[in-house]
Amino acid sequence: MIALLAFYLFSFVMIASAVCVIFARNPVHSVLWLILAFFNAAGLMLIAGAEFIALLLVIVYVGAVAVLFLFVVMMLNIDFASLRSGFTRNLPFGIILALALLSEMLIALMAWKAGPGISGAAPPPTPQPNIVMLGELLYSRYLFPFELAGLILLVAMIGAIVLTHRSRGDVRTPKVSRQLRADPEKAIKLSNPGVGEGMKL
Amino acid sequence: MIGLGNYLTVAAILFVLGVLGIFLNRRNVILMLMAIELILLAVNINLVAFSAFLGDLTGQVMAMFVLTVAAAEAAIGLAILVIFFRRRGSIAVDQADRMRG
Repeated sequence: MIALLAFYLFSFVMIASAVCVIFARNPVHSVLWLILAFFNAAGLMLIAGAEFIALLLVIVYVGAVAVLFLFVVMMLNIDFASLRSGFTRNLPFGIILALALLSEMLIALMAWKAGPGISGAAPPPTPQPNIVMLGELLYSRYLFPFELAGLILLVAMIGAIVLTHRSRGDVRTPKVSRQLRADPEKAIKLSNPGVGEGMKL
Repeated sequence: MIGLGNYLTVAAILFVLGVLGIFLNRRNVILMLMAIELILLAVNINLVAFSAFLGDLTGQVMAMFVLTVAAAEAAIGLAILVIFFRRRGSIAVDQADRMRG
C-alpha cells in the first residue's frame, strides 16, 4: 500500500516536473525542474528494486549532468526570450502530435500480453543484494562492454576539452628561457649609499 | 499492486513529454538537450522495470550503459553549444545553415 502510494507520488511529481522543464520560461528553472524529475525517477527505480541504478542516477545526473547544464546556462549570456518566438505557434500542433504518440503507445501497451516469464504483479524477491548481483554480472559477463563504456567516457572528456579549449592571444606568459639567461651583473641593483659618498655607476 | 504496466505508462508519458519538448523548443538547443535527457530517462525506467519484473539483471546493466552514453552526449553537446555561441553570439540553431550547399 505504501509502495503504491509512493509510486503514484513519485510518478506524479516526475511528470509534473517534466512538464515544467518544457514550459518554464527561465532555463535555470528548467534545469532545477530536471533535477527534481531525476530525483523522482530515482525513487521509482528504488521501488522497482534497482537500488544501484537509482543512486547512480542521482550521482551522475544530478551531480554531473545537471550541474554541467547549469554552468552552461549561467555562463553564456543568452537572450532566451528571443528563442521562444516559435513556441506558441508550434504549441497546438505539438500537443496534437504528442497526444497521437501517447495514444499509440498506450494502445500498444494495452494490446501487449505479458509472456510467461513475467509475473506481472510484483517483482520477484532477489536472493542477494542488488549491487552484489550487478557487480558480479558487470565484471564477468559484461566486462568488455563495461570497459567500452569507460572508453566512451574518455573520448567524450577529451572531445569536450579539445572542442572548448582555446589559446588566447592576449595572455602574457613568462618566457622561461629568457628568465634563466638573466645575468645578475646586468640587473638593476638596489643600493643605499651614505650621505656625501656618492654612488658608483 | 504496482504492475509492469504502471511503469511502462509512466515511461511512455515521460517519453512523449521529451518529444514534445524537442518539438516546441526548436530554436533553443539547451532545452532540446534537456528534452533528450528526459527521453533517455524514460528509456532507463523501461529497462529497469523490465529487468525487475523479469528477474533478469541485464536490463539494469543496459540502463547503466544508457546512462554512460547520456552523460557523454550531454558533455559533447554542451561543448558544441559553447563553441557555437562563441562564434555566433547566439544559440538559435535554426539559423545554423552556413554549411548548406
